[in-house]
Amino acid sequence: MPQKQIYALPNIVSPANPVIFNPDICNGCNTCVEVCQIDVFIPNPEKGKPPVILHPDECWYGGCCVNHCPLPGAISFNWPVQQRAYWKDKATGKVLRDSQ
Amino acid sequence: MTKWNDLLEKNGKVPPWPYPIRYDEEHEIDTDILVIGGGIAGCWAAISAARNGVKVAMVEKADTIRSGSGGPGCDHWCVTPANPHSKVDPDDWAKRLVEHPVHAGQPPTEPLPLAYSNGIGTQIQCREDFDTLLELEQMGGKIRDVDDEYVGAEGRYDDTKFMFSPRMSPNHATEVTIRVWGTTFKPALKKECQRLGVKIYDRVMVTSLLTEGGVQGAKVVGATGFNDRNGEFMVFKSKAAVLATAGNSSLWFLNTELAGYNTFPNSRTKCGDGMSMAWKAGAELTLMEQTGMGFIGTGLKHTWYGGSGDASFENLQQVDAHGKKLPWPLQGWPDGGDMRPSPEGMQKIIQGIKDGTYALPFYGDFPAMPDIERRVTWELMLGEESTTKNITNSYEKAGFNPAKHLLMNFLLMEGNGPANWRTSGAGGLTVDWDLKSSLDGLYVAGGQMFAAGDHSYAASTGRYAGRKAAAYVKQTGESKISRDQVTLEKARIYAPIKRSDGVDWKELHAGIARAMQYFCSEYKTGLLLNMGLDALKEIEEVFVPRLYALDPHKLMRSIEDLCLLTHGQIVLNASLARQASSRPLNFFRIDYPEVDPPDWNKFITVKLENNKVKTGEMPLNYWGDMKTNYEARNKDYTGVYKGK
Repeated sequence: MPQKQIYALPNIVSPANPVIFNPDICNGCNTCVEVCQIDVFIPNPEKGKPPVILHPDECWYGGCCVNHCPLPGAISFNWPVQQRAYWKDKATGKVLRDSQ
Repeated sequence: MTKWNDLLEKNGKVPPWPYPIRYDEEHEIDTDILVIGGGIAGCWAAISAARNGVKVAMVEKADTIRSGSGGPGCDHWCVTPANPHSKVDPDDWAKRLVEHPVHAGQPPTEPLPLAYSNGIGTQIQCREDFDTLLELEQMGGKIRDVDDEYVGAEGRYDDTKFMFSPRMSPNHATEVTIRVWGTTFKPALKKECQRLGVKIYDRVMVTSLLTEGGVQGAKVVGATGFNDRNGEFMVFKSKAAVLATAGNSSLWFLNTELAGYNTFPNSRTKCGDGMSMAWKAGAELTLMEQTGMGFIGTGLKHTWYGGSGDASFENLQQVDAHGKKLPWPLQGWPDGGDMRPSPEGMQKIIQGIKDGTYALPFYGDFPAMPDIERRVTWELMLGEESTTKNITNSYEKAGFNPAKHLLMNFLLMEGNGPANWRTSGAGGLTVDWDLKSSLDGLYVAGGQMFAAGDHSYAASTGRYAGRKAAAYVKQTGESKISRDQVTLEKARIYAPIKRSDGVDWKELHAGIARAMQYFCSEYKTGLLLNMGLDALKEIEEVFVPRLYALDPHKLMRSIEDLCLLTHGQIVLNASLARQASSRPLNFFRIDYPEVDPPDWNKFITVKLENNKVKTGEMPLNYWGDMKTNYEARNKDYTGVYKGK
């Protein structure tokens, strides 16, 4: 098995992934970089690629990046595990959770 | 590949800063009116000033298109007594709101609870916010059900297609709150600003107000700032400024990971920048001793709006685990949109949990709602109110269907937040009937004035402040800025980038928050408050000189910390000045335990004079007769409301 380069990285800040980009849909237009209130993203150094999440710990889940995106499905919200909601099916009584 | 460490793993190196660095460059802008903050209040101030024929520059820390509390959206235009379906008179309603702000729609209780309101802003809002709403529609904002999506919904008027919310309107007694499609607002406002030739400076943080001769308390003649992406320094020269910045949500919050910014009212951009710069310029502030509860998310509580029972979940019955109805307000027409049980009602529910009458968890029973009302609440209200759009979208994606599923209510399961994690309250600048601060040349709009209101309050007071500031600049001369003041400020702002080690913004923020948690929290005494001032002074003298920032973004966060520090000092000074406890101010002094003694039912003001704190006081109704004073100063105003 080829050995992957292991770096000496500090712990990754948490939550680390407030959103998930779909690289098949995102065309790197950087609209989300511009509309984000707090500059969570920077443009990807490689043109046409999804932006880089640089400040995930400052994300306040305002959602402008997702809601203002001109390409539906290019960027989607990703709640931290502890913020996932619960609901109940009225017919069966089964309790369900946001586990997408 | 979306995180910086992914790039590191791909290329073996950290990505370079993506924007050009221009720390050494300075850009000077000369304008008639400078609007500080491009949120709802700022945009409206800029539009109204520009329409009055003056040159306007607007500065915004983010991008105006989605910045500010109203950037993501808004579902309620709350106080619109001048609308054609309203059943109340705007002047009467303004008076009622000022005297009884919390439950204005409920039957009057005697005696009325003590209120620390803002009679000037409220009167402006009640007279002018329907006009403001109609102007917004002309700009492209959606304010009525023009697509007939909700025909048959309660509160919808088929002639005008306005949709009313039950808020403050029990059984349609008032019809003062209009449901709106607020996600359309900010882009429409930015477009209108651009159409009118407002010069917009996005991604620029304003750091200080410039005063005539650099003297504290003198006329405001401009401001300094820097670009938070490239670090360029900006000097704005203006004949008048409108302060339309945000409040402060972070003063008591310790760190970003345990209880960070990922919840509704706590965007990091709200750091008290405006109050801090106004204080240093010598402006007078009031209600700074008031604090609110902290809605904190990660690690401690669920995100606001993430579960049923929060604001916007209108007409939704709360039930227990077995479907039993709870005595929780419906947030609907019978209760005038009340969002929470009364304190007594809440005690009953808690007792019911303990004795087994009500089984946890509780749910919002969406399937029990009539289809049309369910669509109004889920699609329109939650779809349009700011951060809630993510919630509806992501829950639906995960399989939630409001026709079939009950959404869990997390409010009682997670308990109350710790009392030492709080937010600043309704403190802000004092204003006169022109919305002018105590400083010449400085006007105030929206949440930056004391006891401010909601989105429509920000809009209507912004529009008013812009109008008054425009009238002022037409009769005032050129401004002259003090180069010495600019030089000093520039040195202060760039100090953190001269260092590459020491204390970073997160550590400093935590240090400031800790001081506030220890010395200015649930239990206050003169001894503790003075220790708090000492603690902040120590931070200022010992740790601020070690503050370092590696790039313009971190420089912005670092300078925001300095705003937090100043804001904390204002709060501590105001808290020392109020030598009594007060329930409406959420302010309790162990050494002055009497709650709301009549002698202290007044505004306490604080300001700096020659860098010394000066306290003062104003009567609770210092604005005089609201209707008379409003009309005396707005004789030329033409709007929908013509009076009786």
